[in-house]
Amino acid sequence: MCTETATRKFEKVCQILDLHQRDPSKLIPILQEVQKVYRYLPEEVQAYIATGLGLSPAKVYGVASFYANFSLEPKGKYVVHVCDGTACHVKGSSLIKEALFKKLNLSTEKKTTEDMMFTVEAVSCLGACGLAPVMTINDKVYGQVTPEMAAGLIDEIADEEKK
Amino acid sequence: MPTQKIDLKAVQDDFKARIARVKRRVVICAGTGCVANGALDVYHALADAIAARKLDVVLALNEEKDSDAYVSKSGCQGFCQAGPLVTIEPEGYLFCKVRPADVSEIVEETIIGGKPVERLVYKHPANGQLYAKRDEIPFYQRQNRHVIGDCGVLDPENLDEYIARGGYEAARKAFVEMTPETVCEEIQVAGLRGRGGGGFPTGTKWQLTLAQESAKKYVICNGDEGDPGAFMDRSLMEGNPHRIIEGMMIAARAIGADEGYVYVRAEYPLAVQRVRKAVEEAALAGLLGDDLFGTGLSFELFVMEGAGAFVCGEETALIASIEGERGMPRPKPPFPAQSGLWGKPTVINNVETLATVPLIIEQGSSHYRTMGTEGSPGTKTFALTGHVVNTGLIEVPFGTTLREIIFEIGGGVTDRFGNPDPHGFKAVQIGGPSGGCLTAEALDLPLDFESVKGIGAMIGSGGLVVMNQDTCIVQVARFFMQFTQKESCGKCVPCREGTKQMLALLDNIIEGRADESTLPLLEDLAIAVRIGSLCGLGKTAPNPVLSTLRYFRDECQAHVVQKRCPTGQCKALAQPEIIAPLCKGCGACIRKCPVNAITGEKRQPHVLDASLCVKCGACAQVCKFNAIVGV
Ligand SMILES: Cc1cc2nc3c(=O)[nH]c(=O)nc-3n(C[C@H](O)[C@H](O)[C@H](O)COP(=O)(O)O)c2cc1C
Ligand code: FES
Repeated sequence: MCTETATRKFEKVCQILDLHQRDPSKLIPILQEVQKVYRYLPEEVQAYIATGLGLSPAKVYGVASFYANFSLEPKGKYVVHVCDGTACHVKGSSLIKEALFKKLNLSTEKKTTEDMMFTVEAVSCLGACGLAPVMTINDKVYGQVTPEMAAGLIDEIADEEKK
Repeated sequence: MPTQKIDLKAVQDDFKARIARVKRRVVICAGTGCVANGALDVYHALADAIAARKLDVVLALNEEKDSDAYVSKSGCQGFCQAGPLVTIEPEGYLFCKVRPADVSEIVEETIIGGKPVERLVYKHPANGQLYAKRDEIPFYQRQNRHVIGDCGVLDPENLDEYIARGGYEAARKAFVEMTPETVCEEIQVAGLRGRGGGGFPTGTKWQLTLAQESAKKYVICNGDEGDPGAFMDRSLMEGNPHRIIEGMMIAARAIGADEGYVYVRAEYPLAVQRVRKAVEEAALAGLLGDDLFGTGLSFELFVMEGAGAFVCGEETALIASIEGERGMPRPKPPFPAQSGLWGKPTVINNVETLATVPLIIEQGSSHYRTMGTEGSPGTKTFALTGHVVNTGLIEVPFGTTLREIIFEIGGGVTDRFGNPDPHGFKAVQIGGPSGGCLTAEALDLPLDFESVKGIGAMIGSGGLVVMNQDTCIVQVARFFMQFTQKESCGKCVPCREGTKQMLALLDNIIEGRADESTLPLLEDLAIAVRIGSLCGLGKTAPNPVLSTLRYFRDECQAHVVQKRCPTGQCKALAQPEIIAPLCKGCGACIRKCPVNAITGEKRQPHVLDASLCVKCGACAQVCKFNAIVGV
C-alpha cells in the first residue's frame, strides 16, 4: 500500500495507521495521534491517511475541519488557551485575552506569533470553573488569572527560551 | 489479555486490614482546580517533610506494617475556592489554601500531635468563626454528597480501595442475583432520570432497549460535558472512574450488551487518563472481559477521546463521532434504543446517571426515593461558580431552593472585587446554553426538572453561574448566542442561520443600533429557531434570549430606547461624564485621553466633550477620585 519513499517520509503515520488496523472508523483517533506528531494536520498527510484507509481525501478533510481540536495550520510551541466559558466570561476572561493579544501582537485572525513560539486561542469551558478565570499553557492549568499575571507568564517563558 | 478472577470479599478484607494499620490518613485533593493551585507541590513537600522527620509513613498501602500516616491523592473534594485542600482522617480536619511552606506544621501539629493547624482551617468570611472539621463547614454541612462523596476521599487510581468501599458489589448483584428485567425494574421504580439535561427516565430507556431483538447491543457513557460552566462529570470521571465503569456494567446487564464506549471530552486530559487506567485495571482483574462473575456473560469497554465539538454531546452526533464521522445529529426516531451505534440498539447515558446506578442497585430503589421530590427523586450535583463566595462542586437533593444553594452553601454573592456583598445578587444562570437567567423571584423555587422547566429554563447538566449587579444581562444572552452560533454544526438552516441573525440583533442592541422593532423581531426569530431546528442544540438555543426578554425586559428596553446600559458594561452605549464636585482638577485624565476630549484648568473641574469621546474608558481608570462615571 505504501510506496518505498512515501513509507519512509510518513513512517510515523504508517505506524499509527497499522496500530489501528487501518480501520476507517478509527479515523478520529488516528488524526489525534498524527496531530501529536506534527502538531497540526498538513494537507499531504491528510491525503496519505485517506489513501491508507481507503477513504476520499474530502472525507478526511471533512472530519478534520469539523472538530475544533484538529488544526489545519501549524501552531506555536506554546499553545495558550484562554477559557471563554460562562464562569470565566463573567469574571472578565476577555480582558486576559486582550492583554495577551496586545502583548504578542496577535488577534482573533492571527493566532500565532511570527517566530512560531506562541499561539493564543479562546476556547470553551476548560472545566475548572471554580477557579475562573482560567487559562492553560500546553495543558497546564492556571486559575484566577489576571491580565498582568497572564502577561507575566509569557515573559517567563520567553526568558526561559532565550537561555 | 490474561485476566484473573477477582474475589471481591478477599480484596475488601485485605484492604481493610492494611488501612487498619495506619494511624492517620492524609488526603490531598488532586482535582483539576487544586492541581492548578499547586496541590502536587504540596503532596511532594509533605512526602519530603515526613521523610525528613523519619516518621513511619506510606505513600502506597502495599506494605504489611504499622505506620503513622498514609498519604494519598483524591479527586475533587468540591471546595475549589479554598484549594489546595488537605483532609486528615479519622478526625475529618480540612485544611484550606495549603502551601508547601505549611507542611512541616501539618506534620508536627496534626500528624504527630493530632491537633488541627488553626491557621489553615476554614474561617467564615462573614462572622470569622473557625471550622476545623470538614463536615461542620456550612458549605459541606448543607449538602448531601450521595454520588460525589467518595470522589474526594478515595484514591481514584486504586481499584482495591474502590472495592473495599463496596465497589463492584452492585455489578455482581446485577449479574448473579438479578435478571435484565429486574435490573430495569429497580431503576424504573427508583425513578432515576437522566442527568445529561433532558431528564428522561433511565429505566424506561433501558426497558425499550432490552425489548429490541438483536444479538449485538452497546452501552455508551456520555462524558462530553460541553456546557460551559459545568464540571460535575469531569470531577466524577477524575475522582471515581470505577463507579462509572460499574454503572456501565449494570446497564449492559440490563439490556444485554457486551460492548461499551466511554466518550470523554478532549479538554479533559486527566479524565481521559484516569478512565483509561481504571478500564485497564478492571479488565486485568477480570471485572471486564469474558465470563463476568462466572455467568458466562461478557462486557468489553473502550475509551474514546472527543475532538472538540459541543454538538457531539447530543447522542446521535456522539454516535456518529464514535463511528469516525463528522459529529452531526440526525433526526429521531429511530432512537438510539432502536438503532444506535453501527445501527444496533444502544443505551447512551450521562456520566452522573451511570454513577448513580450502582448506588440504587446496592441500596435499593426505596432508599433512593427517600431523597429528592416525587417527580425528581434523588440528588443532583451542581457546579456553583461565578460571583459567589464559595465556588465549587456541590450535591443536594432535588427540591432544594436556589436560595439555600447560593446563600447557605455558596456563602452569598460577591462584588467585582470578590468581597461578599449582601445586596449583590442579580441573576443566576442555570442550564448553560439551553437554560436561562433567573431573577431573585426564582430564589425560592424548589429545583427539580418540572419546576425549572415551568419558568422557561432547564436544570440542564447542572451549571449554576451566579451573577452580581455589575453584570449586563444582554451581554450574557449574547455570550450564549455566540456560543451556540459557533457550535451549530450547520446541518439545518433554522439553527445555522437563525442563530447568526439572533446574534446580529443582539449586537445591534449592545452597540446602539436597535430600534423598537428589534425586540419583537428577536422574539419571533427565537420561536422560529426553537420550532424549526433539528436537534436539541437549536431547539434550546433561544432559551437564554427568551428568558432574558421575559425576566429582564426593562434592562433590554433601556439599551434599545434610551441607548443606555444600566450596568455600564456596554462600551458603545457609554455616556461618560465628569462629576464636577468630585473632580480635583489634577489633569491625569487630560494627559491620558487619546483623542483630547477632556479640557480644563488645573485645580478646576474638567470638562468632557462627548462629541469627541471614543468611550475607551482610559480616563475613568486613571481618575483617583472616582469623578468620571458612565464608562
Ligand atoms: C446540543 C446538545 C448537547 C448535549 N450535551 C450533552 C453532554 O455534554 N453530556 C450529556 O450527558 N448529555 C448531553 N446531551 C444530552 C444527550 O443527547 C443525551 O440525551 C444524554 O446523554 C442521555 O443521557 P441521560 O439520559 O443519562 O441524561 C446533549 C444534548 C444536546 C442536544
Ligand atoms: S467557564 Fe472557564 S473553566 Fe469553565
